[in-house]
Amino acid sequence: MKRAGLLSLIAALLFALGGCATIKDARGGPGARLDPWESWNRKVFAFNEGLDEKVLKPVATGYAKVVPQFARRGVDNFFANAADAWSAVNNVLQGKPEPALQDVVRVTTNTVFGFFGLLDIASEFGLEHHYEDFGQTLGRWGFGAGAYLVWPVLGPSSVRDSAALPADRWFASPAEYIKDGRWQGGITVLQIVNTRANLLGASKLLDDIALDKYSFIRDAYLQRRRSLVYDGDAPATPEPIDGPEPAASAPSAAASAASPAASAASAPQ
Amino acid sequence: MLLKRLTPWLTAALLSVSAVFAHAQAGKTPDALIKEVSSDVLDAVKADKSIKQGDVNKVIALVDAKVMPHVNFQRMTASAVGRYWRQATPEQQKRLQDEFKILLVRTYSGALAQVQDQTVELKPMRAGADDKEVVVKTEIKGRGDPVQLDYRLENVGGTWKVYDINVLGVWLVENYRNSFSQEIGASGIDGLITKLAERNKAAGATKS
Repeated sequence: MKRAGLLSLIAALLFALGGCATIKDARGGPGARLDPWESWNRKVFAFNEGLDEKVLKPVATGYAKVVPQFARRGVDNFFANAADAWSAVNNVLQGKPEPALQDVVRVTTNTVFGFFGLLDIASEFGLEHHYEDFGQTLGRWGFGAGAYLVWPVLGPSSVRDSAALPADRWFASPAEYIKDGRWQGGITVLQIVNTRANLLGASKLLDDIALDKYSFIRDAYLQRRRSLVYDGDAPATPEPIDGPEPAASAPSAAASAASPAASAASAPQ
Repeated sequence: MLLKRLTPWLTAALLSVSAVFAHAQAGKTPDALIKEVSSDVLDAVKADKSIKQGDVNKVIALVDAKVMPHVNFQRMTASAVGRYWRQATPEQQKRLQDEFKILLVRTYSGALAQVQDQTVELKPMRAGADDKEVVVKTEIKGRGDPVQLDYRLENVGGTWKVYDINVLGVWLVENYRNSFSQEIGASGIDGLITKLAERNKAAGATKS
């Protein structure tokens, strides 16, 4: 009963947001114009960074030191398995039966033969993850990403992905399928810590290479989500009109918007 | 969860540049070039113990020597700086290019530490025989999920050069474009140069 109520709330939210997140945005590139709430987002980001520095990173570092690699991989596989089940549902929703079937085979193989997902046997048979989530499904259906949004604790998101958040959080997490409250909490914590431990190297590198961590993460997030909606084949976004490379007719869908003439334009030393 | 989608940034970022070992590669198709070079670099990394243990300086030296001549850094920098490039003096342009180059090399070198037992798989390339600019798509397979890694190459007088890299759907140059224009908006082109230099210095100081 409660679930039905929440689902209709999500549906209502979606229709409301459909007005804000235009279809044009789904095709447009990321950038500052998709971040009208920047000052608020930056505050939340700063809060998350502080939380990460003081709590999450130390815990994850300890976890990484103590837990052996094979066990961590088992944990990764376990959570990926639950995500595969949700991915199958989304593939169906997006009208992609073949990937959906692959996901179903993945989940059954790994659950039955892989000790409830601890071993990733399906990958060895050549079946790949697809990682579809409800946010991508909405994108596929034509909802633009909308404005960039940073949630406390949960991190970067967009208006569209936030509408999908309840679905993505619940259905993709194994915690949802276990009715015991204590286990639910423990599993969620394990998922968070394990993910953070996997990202320790990445976050260190990010500190070195990002000029402004906030915008770097924002732009990467928006680009990545756009690419996921297009399943890796996103059309190139045109470069700014007065940039060094004027847009030219692309030889193929995948070619960039820059033209050879542009190299000449930027040639003068 | 914050950085979940950026993880293999590292892994792939390095291999991006690896793609352009050229020695005597003139006349090779861009995808054959990328495949060969990526495999070469992965093999070199797997074979070298000190790189695996994270000796970043060694990696930087390797990348500097082998890869630099084959990436069009000028175009990458110009593209990342965007409309302000034309407003920059030649000297500013040179400094921007130098600092951005160091930044990118550090990115690749940092990524090398994350490479473990991985192979590169080429995906079918959609380009005409006479195209001067192509996108080569590859995937890094190994432990964990396959990582999407694409390259934009241009043909300059018979030689193919990389001018942009895509990791997991994120084009590197595009990602820096907003940061750069933000910085220029706040403190001008010189401000950006200073910030880049600062970042490179700080990263260099905290070598692990």
